[in-house]
Amino acid sequence: MNSHDYAISVKELTKKFGNFTAVDHISFNVAKGEIFGFLGANGAGKTTAMRMLCGLSFPTSGQGYVAGCDIITQSEQIKRRIGYMSQKFSLYESLSVSENLRLFATIYGLTDAEINRVSQQLYTDLEMTDMQNTLVKDIPVGWKQKLAFATATLHRPDVVFLDEPTGGVDPVTRRRFWELIYEASSEGMTIFVTTHYLDEAEYCNRLSIMVDGRIEALDSPAALKEKYHVGTMDEVFRIVAKDARRGD
Amino acid sequence: MAIFQSLVKKEAIHIIRDKRTMVITLLMPLVLLLLFGFAISTEVNDVRVVAVVDRHTDQTRELLEQLGVNSYFNFQGLTSENEIENLLRAGKTDAAIILRSDNGTLKTQIIADASNTTLAQTLTGYIQGVISGNSANNMMITRTLYNPQMKSAYNFVPGIMGMIFILICAIMTSVSIVREKENGTMSLLLVSPVKPVTIILGKLVPYFLLSCIILTIMLLISYTVLELPLSVSLINVIIISLLYIILSLSFGLFVSTIADSQLTALIASAVVLMLPVIMLSGMIFPIDNMPVVLQWLSAVIPARWYIDAMRKLMIQQLGLSYIAKDIIILTTMTVVILLLSIKKFKSEK
Repeated sequence: MNSHDYAISVKELTKKFGNFTAVDHISFNVAKGEIFGFLGANGAGKTTAMRMLCGLSFPTSGQGYVAGCDIITQSEQIKRRIGYMSQKFSLYESLSVSENLRLFATIYGLTDAEINRVSQQLYTDLEMTDMQNTLVKDIPVGWKQKLAFATATLHRPDVVFLDEPTGGVDPVTRRRFWELIYEASSEGMTIFVTTHYLDEAEYCNRLSIMVDGRIEALDSPAALKEKYHVGTMDEVFRIVAKDARRGD
Repeated sequence: MAIFQSLVKKEAIHIIRDKRTMVITLLMPLVLLLLFGFAISTEVNDVRVVAVVDRHTDQTRELLEQLGVNSYFNFQGLTSENEIENLLRAGKTDAAIILRSDNGTLKTQIIADASNTTLAQTLTGYIQGVISGNSANNMMITRTLYNPQMKSAYNFVPGIMGMIFILICAIMTSVSIVREKENGTMSLLLVSPVKPVTIILGKLVPYFLLSCIILTIMLLISYTVLELPLSVSLINVIIISLLYIILSLSFGLFVSTIADSQLTALIASAVVLMLPVIMLSGMIFPIDNMPVVLQWLSAVIPARWYIDAMRKLMIQQLGLSYIAKDIIILTTMTVVILLLSIKKFKSEK
């Protein structure tokens, strides 16, 4: 397969800040519709790598393709085809639920008719009909998270980037959030998710473990456990990351 | 265009829903203008004066009479030279005038309590005025142009405007941009198809409009309540103020590209922008009286040039050609700061 047939294809991608190599020649491919987990301790370079894929940061060297577009020369086209949700479920707190949806729908070029149809659908799916006019700062964190995900997928992107989407959320809400992720994946969206909850790693189709800017392991959770002869992802992670010098 | 509108609308909703900030923003210019215009005044009234006269002549009698009827003075009568120090020390008088006749000419001496320098300077000025106005010493006529009544409001209005716009444009803008960085909403916008320039304009335009509203309020108060002379220069006042507003917005943008947290942005704009405006812009302390180093420092403070231009326009009623220097400096500063911000914004990638 050539790089355009993958949702994400990265070759020797590197990012240096002065003498510090945050991302060190990483290469991987993510198939369309896949849920790809991106693991690593804090400071391993996950966020930097993700920022390069989203067009927020330019690589120092190497190549990358997202949704068939070059991350260096076609970053504007990429922006239309990806969704992004950051670790803080960032939405505008002083705007109501419907105002937030409308703002981001407009930004992604949806027409008024589409906005109304999509929002109604969302309110029903997320059981938020009675929250439409509530300010985002007043809704519970679990709902904020669902809403942030809905906002990131409003325009049916090819690839959704989730940067530690479940940080600070209880396990039950986390489980429910993963149901949303599966649903999006079954609709054909590719999910690229960073996390440091290792139980979540089990939910991914395939995952990579980053240590000190390099990818040290990459396979399905089952294959990784078998390779290292252990029973849980937690143990896999500990073996792979035992030589880490960066992070905590 | 639809995107730009919705971004501006979002920011406007944010400003309006933040009631506390809104009230502070709209009330502060009002309060400051009225406070400086009426309450804070460099005029001194009811100066308590005693006099010592060694030999009464027509001249001394005339002088004492003038002191007695002058509404600025509270003439406490004659005393002896030995008593002066006690009176001053006890705080029973503010100044003493000693009149000595020396071979037919009158020699005068003023002894003033300078524990409050402003008071001392002003009252010695008053007394000198009375003495030089006296027929025998009638050699100097003073006329104060442009502000004949020496109203302090005239002096403070340009300064307050210089301060308020830095406050609203620079501080509010930088804090609001950095808040988006902190909350992560800035990343959401940056990964979206919105062009960075649209994002920046969407942030700046609402604060520009807010500043225009405040400018209108301040000008209305200045020309009505504070009775500044209204003239054709009003349109120039507005043009220069808009230039200064844009400059302040650029400063806010620049601070936001450097600062990582709302607190840093606040401190950076408050300490780096606000304090110099108050201390070094000539708003309160005359620049000519500063040490040379501070005078150089004041040259890089935008408010100095704005206030200078505003005084010429609002009080002296001069035309634009008289403030060409100020305009050139303010424009150059705007361009430089904008270029720096854009460069910094791009280099973050």
